[in-house]
Amino acid sequence: MHPAFSVIFLTTLIGAAQGLFLALFSTQVYSEFELLPGIGDTNYYGIGAAISLILLIGGLASSFFHLGHPERAWRSAACWRTSWLSREVIALPTMMLAVFVYGIIHLFGLDSIAFTHGEITLSTSLFVGIFGVVTTFALFICTAMIYACIKFLQEWASPLTVINYFLFGTASGFTLATALASYLGLQEHILFLGGWAIVLTILVFITRTASLYRNSRIKHKSTMQSAIGIRHNKIQQKAQGAMGGSFNTREYFHGKTAMFLKSVKFIFMILVFPVPVLLLSTSLNNGNTEVLIAAFVIQFIGLLAERWYFFAQANHPQNIYYQTV
Amino acid sequence: MTQLALIIDLNVCVGCSACVTSCKEWNTSGPAGFMSDENPYQKDPTGTFFNRVQTYEVGEFPKTETVHFPKSCLHCEEPPCVPVCPTGASYKRKLDGIVLVDYDKCIGCKYCSWACPYGAREIDEHQKVMKKCTLCVDRIYDENLPEAERKPACVLACPTNARLFGDVHDADSEVSEMIRDQGGYQLMPEWGTQPSNHYLPRRKNKITIHKDELVRVDNPLNKEQKEHHKPVDGSVLDDSSFI
Ligand code: SF4
Ligand code: SF4
Repeated sequence: MHPAFSVIFLTTLIGAAQGLFLALFSTQVYSEFELLPGIGDTNYYGIGAAISLILLIGGLASSFFHLGHPERAWRSAACWRTSWLSREVIALPTMMLAVFVYGIIHLFGLDSIAFTHGEITLSTSLFVGIFGVVTTFALFICTAMIYACIKFLQEWASPLTVINYFLFGTASGFTLATALASYLGLQEHILFLGGWAIVLTILVFITRTASLYRNSRIKHKSTMQSAIGIRHNKIQQKAQGAMGGSFNTREYFHGKTAMFLKSVKFIFMILVFPVPVLLLSTSLNNGNTEVLIAAFVIQFIGLLAERWYFFAQANHPQNIYYQTV
Repeated sequence: MTQLALIIDLNVCVGCSACVTSCKEWNTSGPAGFMSDENPYQKDPTGTFFNRVQTYEVGEFPKTETVHFPKSCLHCEEPPCVPVCPTGASYKRKLDGIVLVDYDKCIGCKYCSWACPYGAREIDEHQKVMKKCTLCVDRIYDENLPEAERKPACVLACPTNARLFGDVHDADSEVSEMIRDQGGYQLMPEWGTQPSNHYLPRRKNKITIHKDELVRVDNPLNKEQKEHHKPVDGSVLDDSSFI
């Protein structure tokens, strides 16, 4: 497929935003149950939610560049019964609303006790957070299923697609949360968040490698023979039905050399996994904010390359009809 | 239920592209607006088409066969392009099974084109909406046209009658009969899309003639044995010259 930058930015930005929100929420749960110290008078949750919201808005804005008619975008919520894209269109603003409310509660100190039972007191924001987590998960599933549900795009049609989207998002979100905690000087939280960021990055290394391995050995079901229905082993295309190319020759091909593809894979394999893990692990103890921010930025750039590769690698069966591209 | 469809006979298609041009001509002047082009008269022309003819060479030189292969939306019975559309712009008509795009609802997200394994949908780069074959829905029901012309433009244009149009759910229709008798098949059956359009395979047009079939042994007049113009031996008048 031809990788569209609007979609690359959409999926990476909202992935990081979702991961960041999950990081905020886990921190809050841990501190409400006193497994982590409180955040003191820093505005960790509020600022975190604001960053998450900015990333979500950035993703949403970039998705508009993908549409031919952005002014009609509101229509796309109509078919949520059948279309994962439509479901995503609903899940994204819902999550934005949840993050917004969550952020407002924390930024303006509007939190109150919602529930007490003996020793345990739970705050209102925690319940807003739970709602946010549900929408975050829903959004992860919707985004990934947009790709995983097209069964003849065999590189995508796998549960690994969903797992990878989830883990890539959470890994980059937790890395960002680590940098934020470090900026605010929350030493214990750096350890907690950074530890998770490393674990998630290693996990997604395993699952992405699995999907790369799967895709390198994939057996495409459609062949030249089934595509035009002529049972002969030697079929050569002589004309494609267009002189200067067509939508078919533009939309479904990445138009780059195999070498270029290989280098992109190499780049993201370095930038997404070993470099951030190295940077994270070296600065967990000294809380070096610059290094942690660099870890996030490098991982994010790597993710852009990863997403590009994700699209470029998918081989659409219609390409069989365009052998000479 | 009705399922209108095209049957394309690869045995007689000569690849003249009359269907391509008549499709473009009819649909670009249709009520849904023009089908835009880029550089139509310059180098590298490109544009929106509902139907294209491709050419394949089958076999190894010198034993090859050229197959011309017209390709358009197959109006699948289980169209994977329809449920993915977020706006409901893509739909399949209950009435006659035609798969259509509502150009006023389409947001141009291209998701449906990803979900069609045949690459039958094309975005109009200027109107920014998804387009595809409509089976000339604005023609086949038009009562102002004589009945014989209430067919898709491509079908009427085809000089070799390689395109047939009809209801593939009606077992007695001409198209159903063709599919049954001539080995009609569907493209990429492996995805369960059940295309309504069918293709008829190449058939060998060979007959074996034995000698006794050339000489009419049972002819009572036995004409073959008469020698009408027996050449005359010796010289004739024409041989001498009077110069
Ligand atoms: S051929 Fe493609 S566009 Fe046409 S109905 Fe089938 S899946 Fe949809
Ligand atoms: S491009 Fe138009 S018809 Fe296709 S899925 Fe998007 S909104 Fe639906």
